Amino acid sequence: MSTRVGPEPARHGFPQPVFEALENAPRPPLPRFRSPVRGTWLTSVLGFVLLIGLPVMLLTGFLSYAAYDPQFAGNAFPRDPGLLRLPYFDWPTNPVWLYRVSQGLHVVLGLALVPIVLAKLWSVLPKLFVWPPARSVAQLLERASLLLLVGGILFELLTGVMNIQYHYAWKFDFYTAHYYGAWVFLAAFALHVALKLPTMRASLRARSLRDELKTDREHTVPEPPDEHGLVSPDPAEPTISRRGVLALVGGGSLAVTALTIGQTAGNSLRPTALLSVRGLSYGDGPNDFQVNRTARTAQVTDAMVTDAWRLTLIGPAGTQELSRADLLAMDQRTETLPIACVEGWSSVQTWTGVRLRDLAAMAGLPEPDRALVLSLESRGAFNRTMLTGGQVTASRSLLALQVNGVDLSMNHGFPARVIVPALPGVRNTKWVRQLELMA
Amino acid sequence: MKTWVRTYGANPLHLLGLLATFLVFGYAALQIFQDPVWYRYLFWFAGAALVHDLVLAPLYGLLDRSVRPLLHRSSRTATGNPGDINYLRVPAFLSGLLLLTFFSSISRGGGRAFEAASGMTEDVFLGRWLLISGVFFLLSAVAYAVRGRRSTAEPTPVNGP
Repeated sequence: MSTRVGPEPARHGFPQPVFEALENAPRPPLPRFRSPVRGTWLTSVLGFVLLIGLPVMLLTGFLSYAAYDPQFAGNAFPRDPGLLRLPYFDWPTNPVWLYRVSQGLHVVLGLALVPIVLAKLWSVLPKLFVWPPARSVAQLLERASLLLLVGGILFELLTGVMNIQYHYAWKFDFYTAHYYGAWVFLAAFALHVALKLPTMRASLRARSLRDELKTDREHTVPEPPDEHGLVSPDPAEPTISRRGVLALVGGGSLAVTALTIGQTAGNSLRPTALLSVRGLSYGDGPNDFQVNRTARTAQVTDAMVTDAWRLTLIGPAGTQELSRADLLAMDQRTETLPIACVEGWSSVQTWTGVRLRDLAAMAGLPEPDRALVLSLESRGAFNRTMLTGGQVTASRSLLALQVNGVDLSMNHGFPARVIVPALPGVRNTKWVRQLELMA
Repeated sequence: MKTWVRTYGANPLHLLGLLATFLVFGYAALQIFQDPVWYRYLFWFAGAALVHDLVLAPLYGLLDRSVRPLLHRSSRTATGNPGDINYLRVPAFLSGLLLLTFFSSISRGGGRAFEAASGMTEDVFLGRWLLISGVFFLLSAVAYAVRGRRSTAEPTPVNGP
């Protein structure tokens, strides 16, 4: 028994009289649960799926923070997470689909996990109303940690799901909330796995998945009662089998995935994302692809981008003012690259413009340490970005002037926008007015 | 060691793990306190758990239980089979799940923020959700009718389809 880490069952810890009194107190009118399919096995199957899925969510989530290159102040939110930050590294530009895949996975998987998380919580609902609520300080503290676990996952799902639909009802900064929420969830999740992994393994071994998948409703019997208290003491007649529950939850997951994945898989699959706001079509012209911030919202007007517009290029060679004609007279490169948003949608387009490395050479700094890009947009958290040296010198990084063979539209950043492979969409600054190369 | 376990209720490692978790939470909360609207984060964090546990979960449990007697009373249940509720439960679950997941778009919660970002509106989503839900219920009704007819043709089905 000394190897046991979880609380000891049915014995009262200090202060004993208090816990004994609690045990002997009359049970308040708490709800009773009668579903005959609840039990440790079903909870463990759902837990096993989450044990695989949720670490992927955490990993892709923290990768997304890294993709903003938080080592440069002002690039990422929260600006300075203090001790809760992972090691900084320069976000790569290769493979070009890196952010598209990692963030697409984060969002689509997150949506697909919604029914599984809800089913898992349903399966353990009797534990919330168990009486007595605790028999020791250990149990009491563990229940408090479950508030962080459940609050953490629901907070992350809720903020994420609302954010991809632009529903900012919470009136706080999404990035900050989702970032710290992830840390709280990570801590509570790691503890929960450490405490419950032995239970999960034992109960998965106690029943054969293959046999469960062969058992129909008529032959469904409750799991034998155990010390975990999930099995109903008074089970009702089954209306669904355990395989039925799994099929229902899995089917829900598939339905959500099917109605979302088109926003990430784009371009021809986009219309299949029927319930995703990024499944909406703009038409079939060369500039008809997803817009993340309209020129109107950014308050960039036609008057600001006339022939008088100049790109201010700053480097050791001095400050140069380049007109759009000057830029068009330079070596033009065409690259087919995805633009991928933190919201999980993406779109592959063919961009034409000047390589950032050619502009760096022109500025007198062919191997910059970093480069600051400024937009004509005067407000907005992403009217600037600091690119790493590697992002500037990557051979496929462009200051794009055209898309799909025509000039950029106003909504896509006319007269010029940054396109760097594998960079989060908002960092591909639109309506560029200044590029400063730094050693 | 035995005294410790009896007093606290578990192995010391248990307490160590819990303290580590609470420390991470405490530190994250400290970071959040730098934001003047810190209370909104806590409100939504606690609210998410409370609304789920005390409103949403009881609500769908109640819905499920309140439909059952209606089915039993109906004389038209093809087989009198307690599993018949699944012909309602499955489409209702899928429809409810889609409503929950895409509630923001269906209720046009994005509103101006979405228009400012994309130049589009969310007007189509309520209709699409209703349509998709309708398809789920229709398919389920067809499956129920087919099964009902089959079981009247062969009155003793040994195993469900």
